[in-house]
Amino acid sequence: MSKLAFVQKNKIPPSPAPISEVGIIGWLKQNLFSSWFNTLLTLLSIYFIFIILKDFIPWAWGGHWDTKSLRECLDLNPDVACFSVLTARWKQLLFGLYPAEEYWRPTVTFILLIFSIIPILFPKYFRFFWFSIIYPGLAIWLLWGGSIWGVGIVYIGFFLGVLLFVLLLRNITKNMVIAGISSILFVILFFIFFSNYFVNILNIIIPISLPPVESLKMGGFTLSLIVGITGIVASFPIGILLALGRQSNLPIIKMICVGFIEFIRGVPLITLLFVASVLLNYFLPPGTNFDIVLRVIIMVTLFSAAYMAEVIRGGLAGLPLGQHEASASLGLTYWQSQRLVIMPQALKISIPGIVNTFIGLFKDTTLVSIISLRDPVGLASTIRADQTWNGIYWELYVAIGLMFFVVCFGMSQYSQYLERKLKTDK
Amino acid sequence: MKASAPPKTESFKLSMLLSDTRYRGTSLQVITFIIFVAVFFWLVDNTLKNLALLGKDVSFNFLFLRAGYDINQRLIPYTSDSTHGRAAFVGILNTLLVAFVGCFFATILGLFVGILRLSKNWLVAKLMSIYIEGFRNVPVLLWIVMIFALLTEFTPAPKAFKGADPQATMLLFDSIAVTNRGTYFPAPIFGEGSFWLLLSFILSVLIVIFIKQYANKQKKETGKSLPTFWISILIIILPTLGLYFLIGKPISLEYPYLKGFNFKDGIHLRNSFLALTLALALYTSAFIAEIVRAGILAISKGQTEAAASLGLRPNKIMNLIILPQALRIIVPPLISNYLNLTKNSSLAIAVGYMDVRGTLGGITLNQTGRELESMLLLMGFYLCVSLLISSVINYYNRSFQIVVR
Repeated sequence: MSKLAFVQKNKIPPSPAPISEVGIIGWLKQNLFSSWFNTLLTLLSIYFIFIILKDFIPWAWGGHWDTKSLRECLDLNPDVACFSVLTARWKQLLFGLYPAEEYWRPTVTFILLIFSIIPILFPKYFRFFWFSIIYPGLAIWLLWGGSIWGVGIVYIGFFLGVLLFVLLLRNITKNMVIAGISSILFVILFFIFFSNYFVNILNIIIPISLPPVESLKMGGFTLSLIVGITGIVASFPIGILLALGRQSNLPIIKMICVGFIEFIRGVPLITLLFVASVLLNYFLPPGTNFDIVLRVIIMVTLFSAAYMAEVIRGGLAGLPLGQHEASASLGLTYWQSQRLVIMPQALKISIPGIVNTFIGLFKDTTLVSIISLRDPVGLASTIRADQTWNGIYWELYVAIGLMFFVVCFGMSQYSQYLERKLKTDK
Repeated sequence: MKASAPPKTESFKLSMLLSDTRYRGTSLQVITFIIFVAVFFWLVDNTLKNLALLGKDVSFNFLFLRAGYDINQRLIPYTSDSTHGRAAFVGILNTLLVAFVGCFFATILGLFVGILRLSKNWLVAKLMSIYIEGFRNVPVLLWIVMIFALLTEFTPAPKAFKGADPQATMLLFDSIAVTNRGTYFPAPIFGEGSFWLLLSFILSVLIVIFIKQYANKQKKETGKSLPTFWISILIIILPTLGLYFLIGKPISLEYPYLKGFNFKDGIHLRNSFLALTLALALYTSAFIAEIVRAGILAISKGQTEAAASLGLRPNKIMNLIILPQALRIIVPPLISNYLNLTKNSSLAIAVGYMDVRGTLGGITLNQTGRELESMLLLMGFYLCVSLLISSVINYYNRSFQIVVR
């Protein structure tokens, strides 16, 4: 054994990383100043941020909130924002022409809306799902007013229909189709012949009603939310059906679905809205005239359903064929395999696309201002045409933009949360 | 062994139409078809009845009648004496103009933002994501009216340019005037001999294409790449520039100048056009940026590493390995965003730009009262554009998809 051999007996503790590589300095060096080009980019960005903030902060910070007109603002200090327009008109921006003494109704509807979507968004609270089912009727009644039984009878009718269906299956027949058809027939008969009678009786026994508000009074952000949320809720199932129809091997159904989807996707929403406001009277029996907000909702729903169908079709196409075959070999019927095997996976793949469609739909609600409904963008033009606020633009548009941004950005953040949550392949 | 008895042949029962999978599909289709046809005839019948009640007929003759209204922006000659058909055509050209210019700028901006969004520089990446989220989450209509309001209220009136000490000055050596009536650019004037200039330019481009092909062929045969970049630039610039001075500067610029209370000459871009194009380009660029980012991220890192281990340099890796694969992912959604931009250009009505919605679906519709016909033509136009664009996408997909064997 050589004497020159050297063996380190005790462990040398690791020395700390150089100060230039860790902590804030290390982070700065790595992310902002890693090369001369990066340094240049960083400096440019800082300069850019600086020139924007230099003008923006004094402008927004010193803004006037309580003047009577734009003139007054300009006389005080022309270089700062004139947020007084928001102070003066915020009610209009939120509620449109809704009668002032009834503002509590849209407000309560908003608050209940939050409670009704929580069970859908977060499975933890799914036991409150019954509220989400009641909510649409409640919201319609709160917003449009009238007797509660006008909406309530719809629920009663469907409840009776379901009851009949269950009873038939339990006691009389095992055939789902016969039970289904007979209960649907019952519901239709109920609505045609008995519902008016029932409503009249209920109105006498328990008279609950609110002063009615007509659709043209709806406006502002309330209108955007009404159109947007109804559209979102309704377009999702229609989109799924259209996507399934397009994928199906029944040629006639497939042709109808493809034709519908391609037609709707081929024309701008604005032409469809014009059809709703101008042409729809041509297509309906002479003398029919139904609510303009409802027409708009139908058009917006059909429009985004077509886009939704394409997104979901993408998800369906992304599934390997083996999934269909495996579920068929387990003996599942078409609808069972769709419900239990195909759709959960396909929908999961297409979450980003679905939420994008939702966001697009919500943004598209501003288009109703072009057929002269009073959504926030339409109201902005009205306010700007007013003598008192003529010439204002930044303050108003920034406020409206922010309202939309919050809702849309919230939706996209939720979709990312959902994606992370449903991710099964780590 | 006893042969098993043949299965009992069931007699056909009416209920089997709904319960038996052999017939269910067909009977479902027949029912759907009957409902579809019934609804269709119901709608047509209603329409005919309504038209009869209003005393109208369906006729497209109004397209050949005198329009009687002016269009302030037009690419082809048009007066108020022209026909409604010509007005519609002017509108179509205006729509296509906005679509082309918008798509062009949206692509450039989108590429730029999308690549910067991937930058390793934290600050730049964050700024770009603010840009993207900001434009994507606010309605495009709001952007259009906001930019229009900015352009009309923030900019000086033409008379502010007047006098010895004007309040406003023109940009870029007195060549561009941004006013509240629109922006004035210098217009090129093609004098005598510009034809030869054009010819020489086309010739040099052809030569460059030939050189490129030769270099590619050389590369495939010998593996050596010839330096073509600087040579191509020289070939494109030098002869044309030489000829330009030889002939005696045939192309000159006509600068806008102030006359009375307005600018004269030059190219006048109205605020409505500028606001619409700018807003659509900015809005769409945010979507394109996300597409570009997704396309580049979708190429697995192994591709870069494999290329690097083959000894390729970073710019070659980008050009030869990453981009060709990323483009396959990027191009189809890119084209469908072009389609979206074209359809969104129908929001022109918010700023008074006379696109096809403004002429055919706006003034013509109101003047002639031919709602049905005008809307049909309008939808037909948009459908044609969209079918054209989707056939381009399909063609692209077919020719560039990875062939799976």
